[in-house]
Amino acid sequence: MTSDLAITLVKYAVMFLIFLNVAPIMNWVERRACAYIQDRPGPNRVGPFGLFQPLADVAKFMFKEDITPAAADTVLYLMAPAIALLPAFTTFIVIPFGPDIATAGRTIRLIVADVDTGVLLFLAIASLSVYSLVMAGYASNNKFSLLGSIRASAQLISYELALTLSVLAVLLPVGSFRLGDVVAYQQSHLWNVLPQILGFLVFLVAAFAETNRLPFDLPEAESELIAGFHTEYGSMRFALFFMAEYTNMAALSALGVTLYFGGWSLPGITYPHTLLGGVLGLLTLVAKIAVCMGIFVWVRWTFPRFRYDQLMRLGWKVLLPLSILNLVLVAALTVGGVL
Amino acid sequence: MEKLTFFVFAGLALGSAIVVVVHRSPVYATLSLVLTLFSTAVLFVLLGAPFLGALQVLVYAGAIVVLFLFVIMLLNIQSEESAHGAGAQRWVALLGAVILFGMLGLGFWRGGFASVGPLTAESVSLKALAEELFSRYLLPFEIVGLLLLVAVIGATVAARRPGEDDEKSSDVPFEASPPGPLSVTGEGERFQGGTSS
Repeated sequence: MTSDLAITLVKYAVMFLIFLNVAPIMNWVERRACAYIQDRPGPNRVGPFGLFQPLADVAKFMFKEDITPAAADTVLYLMAPAIALLPAFTTFIVIPFGPDIATAGRTIRLIVADVDTGVLLFLAIASLSVYSLVMAGYASNNKFSLLGSIRASAQLISYELALTLSVLAVLLPVGSFRLGDVVAYQQSHLWNVLPQILGFLVFLVAAFAETNRLPFDLPEAESELIAGFHTEYGSMRFALFFMAEYTNMAALSALGVTLYFGGWSLPGITYPHTLLGGVLGLLTLVAKIAVCMGIFVWVRWTFPRFRYDQLMRLGWKVLLPLSILNLVLVAALTVGGVL
Repeated sequence: MEKLTFFVFAGLALGSAIVVVVHRSPVYATLSLVLTLFSTAVLFVLLGAPFLGALQVLVYAGAIVVLFLFVIMLLNIQSEESAHGAGAQRWVALLGAVILFGMLGLGFWRGGFASVGPLTAESVSLKALAEELFSRYLLPFEIVGLLLLVAVIGATVAARRPGEDDEKSSDVPFEASPPGPLSVTGEGERFQGGTSS
């Protein structure tokens, strides 16, 4: 019992440390990549290639004055950034990150919470992240913040449907909600991205909307709403929102690669059931997540922002029907024994 | 450990449910409702029904209550002002409460408290749930689906203003809708800018 708890805690700590480092690393990557795309040097003064820039940024955040607007709803205003981090650092517990490890007469599954309802748990916890945006926008008592959070709530609900339906289609041939089974299925078959390319495209677009990334960053849309829901936030409180955004991106990327790109496994390679295999699996997963994060950045600095009505129309009139079509197709193929 | 979890989350569920009823600010009440639903979901998990718990969070806490908040924020309801005046509403609410607790009491009285003990120790498997749902309870399941479909169609029809031409207005951006970037018609079933009325 105690050792089980200890093992779970160690597994959580491994994933937590990885996801904790996403935000500072992505801070640097985002700014350098943006500069590269815009043909300028970007931050290159602090350390080699500007690599220590995140440290400087953190120091700056720490020493900035922490302001609470006089008209703000203090309790909700102070709670919102902390609540933003909770789902971000919880969802990855259902992501498997390596093969089973056989050691000292027992098998350790490399997943923090190996529960029956794996994917559902991920979606359920992820769906709670909207509350921090809504609370932040409402509590700031600022019209730009309020508009940002109203947009966020409508947008997140709209795209959650398409996202969930495309995820569901992946689970049909697998016949299980466990992401570990999804990875095992892809080891014995093709990667899901090939037979389910339609579902993957829906998932990809919906993922950008769910993480409020450009071209769908309407909740913060700086050209019209200043900074949207976090207009009034400064210093570390802003940094928490910043961290939550990147951690959510990483968690959704982890879900995406696990569903469509084989998760921690590589085709044709069997990792040994030892600690080495576990480390290799973890590195594979991290590498795949890193590629996804790179695509997030690339897209952000390449595409212009959608208009809000276009966003809603895309979600309801294009993505939702497409995801239902995909679900029906996959169901037919699964029943027909093709998948 | 399990007992501790139960008492913490049962307490949270009850406490936040009381806040939902008595708090004067609708936003706080709605956020407390989220806490209630979340704590109830934890209790479902403790009872061996993790699927139900996940669905509770996904559907209620993650979607429906967001719509509540959306409407509250859009209408900018600051605090309850006139809710306490309505006399008829109070009697209807009282009647509803009596019926609800009467039915609950009847259930307890008929079945005895033994029937509300914990479920089996192992959790209800998804497979068993699905098989029951799609064989024994297929008709009620389909009826609920039909009911939801009717509600969606009804909301769409109610939201549609007479004489509105969908194709014509679909390319007009926001300038025709005064209350900000969104013009919400109906109960959040339909979001569309530019209703050009």
